[in-house]
Amino acid sequence: MNAQTPGAAFNPQEVLRAQVRWRALEIIFWVATLAPFVLTPNYLILCSQIAIAALFALSLDLLVGYSGIVSLGHAVYFGVGAYSAGLLAKHGWGEPISGLLFASVVTALVGYLISFIMVRITHFALIMVTVGLCLLFGEIANSLHDVTGGDDGLQGVKMWSIFGIYRFDMFGRTAYVYTLVATFLSFLVLRRIINSPFGLSLRGMRENQRRMPAIGVPMKSRLQVVYVISACFAGLAGALSAQTTQFVALDALSFQRSAEVLVMLILGGAGRLYGGLIGAAMFMVARDQLADMNPQYWYFWLGLLLVIVIIFLPNGILGGLAALIDRVRSRRS
Amino acid sequence: MTEIALSTSGLNKKFGSLVVAGDISLELPRGARYALIGPNGAGKTTLINLMTGMLAPDSGKITLGTEDITAVPPDVRVKRGLVRTFQINTLFPNLTPLEAVTLAVCERRGEAGVWWKSLPSCKAAADEAYGILSSLRLGEHCERPTKQLAYGQQRLLEIALALASKPKVLLLDEPAAGVPKEESGELFAAVAGISSDISVLFIEHDMEVVFRFASRIIVMVSGRILVEGTPDEIAANERVREVYLGSGHV
Ligand SMILES: Nc1ncnc2c1ncn2[C@@H]1O[C@H](COP(=O)(O)OP(=O)(O)OP(=O)(O)O)[C@@H](O)[C@H]1O
Ligand SMILES: [Mg+2]
Repeated sequence: MNAQTPGAAFNPQEVLRAQVRWRALEIIFWVATLAPFVLTPNYLILCSQIAIAALFALSLDLLVGYSGIVSLGHAVYFGVGAYSAGLLAKHGWGEPISGLLFASVVTALVGYLISFIMVRITHFALIMVTVGLCLLFGEIANSLHDVTGGDDGLQGVKMWSIFGIYRFDMFGRTAYVYTLVATFLSFLVLRRIINSPFGLSLRGMRENQRRMPAIGVPMKSRLQVVYVISACFAGLAGALSAQTTQFVALDALSFQRSAEVLVMLILGGAGRLYGGLIGAAMFMVARDQLADMNPQYWYFWLGLLLVIVIIFLPNGILGGLAALIDRVRSRRS
Repeated sequence: MTEIALSTSGLNKKFGSLVVAGDISLELPRGARYALIGPNGAGKTTLINLMTGMLAPDSGKITLGTEDITAVPPDVRVKRGLVRTFQINTLFPNLTPLEAVTLAVCERRGEAGVWWKSLPSCKAAADEAYGILSSLRLGEHCERPTKQLAYGQQRLLEIALALASKPKVLLLDEPAAGVPKEESGELFAAVAGISSDISVLFIEHDMEVVFRFASRIIVMVSGRILVEGTPDEIAANERVREVYLGSGHV
């Protein structure tokens, strides 16, 4: 249990450091994300979609897993990011990296405005408002046909080469490198946020909303910050999607996308940093494989998987694995 | 003249037609050890909720030091030194005591909103948190999730969290609630060890403990202050005997 060497004076800083240290499995995980270039070069397009979904799930994890706030409307931010990046490129500025920054700033602003509503409500009201906002934004995008293309989607998104050198090729090589790098860098930032004093105060809110003011925490402003950060990274994911597919469909903003990202997170394990990543990978691969066999039945299998995971692994797949490892360790010692 | 750390004047609160605080006026001098006693449902916890801003009074005024804090939000009151504990454990079940107290210390130091620094780099906060935990003999349990601690240890953690905010005034709502009498000694040893700079108002049902630790006692019944006085005065008071001591508590 004790992370200290016996006999040495107890050092609380070391105890905290032990929790944030990079583990070997993490490094293996990130190295493994390079494997598709060699092992499955025909699936690189799917791989970029996984990376995007993973980033989207990670942004939601900040709310659901770390702060204890459920959202069923997170696609609002994905969609805003996607349309911002898509529209910018369509109207003459196709430079991808500045496009990403632009889209995440726009989404962060939208998240900031919405956060004023969010911090005023809790529980069921909060869930319902997130659903409501999602439907609302979806309908706005639909009715602004001239701007967004409505049902037909946003056409004519033309991306320039990255650094003026790497063109987005039809095999998705550039796209996967690009999304992987963006997702990894975002992960580094989010990892730091989660392991910061601010991240600890998020977990405090998840654990006990009543105690927080009693230790002096201004909950509303703390919540507003996490909404903005979460929105920003969801917007980044949306922007990556728009740029790599050079298209934005209305379903970027849909309730279904909101529900799916929550499912990915719960499957993988919320509040565990890698839960969203693993969940997104499983979800996307399963959908790709199962939908190939029989498109109608994909939701049947997804539903079955979800029920089984929730019943047997209430903390998701990573939660189950962690419990298993704990049990093996405690048996050994 | 003694300095007043916390005072209320004419505090009123009703739940529907039930008066839970009726014209409560009291003064807590700096460094005092006051006990607040009264039968179940007298309104003691409600009074703490009013003082700390978790409930808004219908009327009346609350003053911390020389400052009117009636309209100040709860978290800001904590920052100004008015801190409480809870009768029912109000902790962070999946955080370790070290994390929880470090969070409270970081918050006090204005570091808890910082998202670009890693938590272990807040060495001063972690050391201070560990110091508080050790002083309450929670040092060796500080790496386990709170929910795995024994109940008595969780009660101590309630106090540790409050101390992390460096209170000027500390309101303890039944610190030994639910702890068997034989074990409550340790909790009150912790209470007795609180710095004499801190003014303490504590709620407690065990009269032996009250007489041992309090310099003055406030008796509440049905939302009102029945009487206030030294332990000797309270022990001799006929009405207190009738409504409170007589009902089997001694
Ligand atoms: N939120 C509320 N709404 C309505 N009534 C309440 C509320 N909170 C407390 N009460 C009532 O107010 C009265 C005072 O409750 P309070 O918890 O302050 O009593 P107490 O003196 O702390 O009692 P105990 O010794 O049991 O802790 C009780 O009758 C209680 O039922
Ligand atoms: Mg009470």
